[in-house]
Amino acid sequence: MVPFAGWEMPVQYTGVIPEHLAVRADAGAFDVSHMGQLHVEGPMAHEFLQAMLSNDLDRLSDGEAQYTLLTNERGGIVDDLIVYRMSHGHYLLVVNAGNREAAYGWLKEREARGTEVRDASDEYALVAVQGPRSLERLGLDDAPAFTHAMGEVDGVEVMVCRTGYTGEKGVELMCAEDDAVALWDAVLARGVSPAGLGARDTLRLEVCYPLHGNDITQDTDAIAAGLAWTCALDTDFTGADVLRRIKEEGPQRRLAAFVMEERAIPRPEMPIEGGGEVTSGTQSPSLDVGIGMGYVPAARAAPDTELVIDVRGKPRRARVVKKPIYRKES
Amino acid sequence: VATESYPDDLRYHPEHDWARIDGDEAVLGITWYAQDSLGELVLFDAPEVGATIAKDASYAEVESVKAVSDVVAPLSGEVLEVNQKAIDEPETVNEDPYGEGWLVRIRLADPGETDQLMDAGAYRAHIAEL
Repeated sequence: MVPFAGWEMPVQYTGVIPEHLAVRADAGAFDVSHMGQLHVEGPMAHEFLQAMLSNDLDRLSDGEAQYTLLTNERGGIVDDLIVYRMSHGHYLLVVNAGNREAAYGWLKEREARGTEVRDASDEYALVAVQGPRSLERLGLDDAPAFTHAMGEVDGVEVMVCRTGYTGEKGVELMCAEDDAVALWDAVLARGVSPAGLGARDTLRLEVCYPLHGNDITQDTDAIAAGLAWTCALDTDFTGADVLRRIKEEGPQRRLAAFVMEERAIPRPEMPIEGGGEVTSGTQSPSLDVGIGMGYVPAARAAPDTELVIDVRGKPRRARVVKKPIYRKES
Repeated sequence: VATESYPDDLRYHPEHDWARIDGDEAVLGITWYAQDSLGELVLFDAPEVGATIAKDASYAEVESVKAVSDVVAPLSGEVLEVNQKAIDEPETVNEDPYGEGWLVRIRLADPGETDQLMDAGAYRAHIAEL
């Protein structure tokens, strides 16, 4: 167990590698109750969030969800989050645990007339069930990604969200905090293996999902991070003008994904020769090779570019690859 | 994965390394306690054959998915052989830390150093206090 954003979190149950492989091959369950939940309600909730979040909220219907960014005036990223549309006047934001207060504070400070922002994080538990057999194990029908609906798992009422952080098919199940243990037990009883924070990190890195605090921060912009697709630059959210300019001029650096060409494991904060720094790195359990992401000068971010990572004083070769690093064999 | 053990025929260093001494040579590795603390090993960054290693100083690195750790030399000497299996399949160290998962074989620079190492009983007492 390790402390994480005020929570005691399991890094691993049986081991990072078997947990990781179980999610890729079958199904794994992550207790991600540390994630924050913010309700944004009121007749002006839609207009308010459209001005606060980077993605185009107009594209969402009731029962749909969207990956989006909470941006600052400099185009930096306060948090990356998923917004769930409950109705026109009611949205649910699932934010990173470490940014719960920052995101809530940011929105609350700017709360417009006809909008109420409420931190409901302590009212919910969240269990992510991910992997090719996750729906079968849970007895749930398939549904399009980025949708949500109420449902139940063995008598526990849950909001079934077709979202996740592993690159696998799966769901995130949100329930009342009091039902957390019942839900967790029910999921495990259905043959889903428990998985910890360690596997959550290796899974997301293989598919190049950014981790806020590492790959994206208040000081990095969406264009450099490769998240332009989450920015509706024709709308006027916070920092959109800055991002439009960066997009037009081209970012000076880009978040590149790379695979080690030598036996070495990249780790956050390792320098990249020629200017740059590793922001995430690990040994890929699926590919059995060192993988990572890091910011490099834009000219060095193209696939097949050779990089040299300073691994505790030792130069180790890596090669930029197209994202995601890991693709499911089809 | 191996079950916890600290064989009586080995000598131990407080930084969780073992030595199997044979005349003026020794085979070195990390203890069950060390591999258990690190978790599944995915990389053994070995010294070169011919390298000189010094007692109490790092001579190699082992990494799990989440962590990097120096491997401390329990004795001084020259590296005669590196266990290629530990390089190719680092999980071998988890599975058999005192057998197939040995790390290097050295020629001792000062056989007298061995007197400074712990026996299995002393090492068990040492880890019980951690």
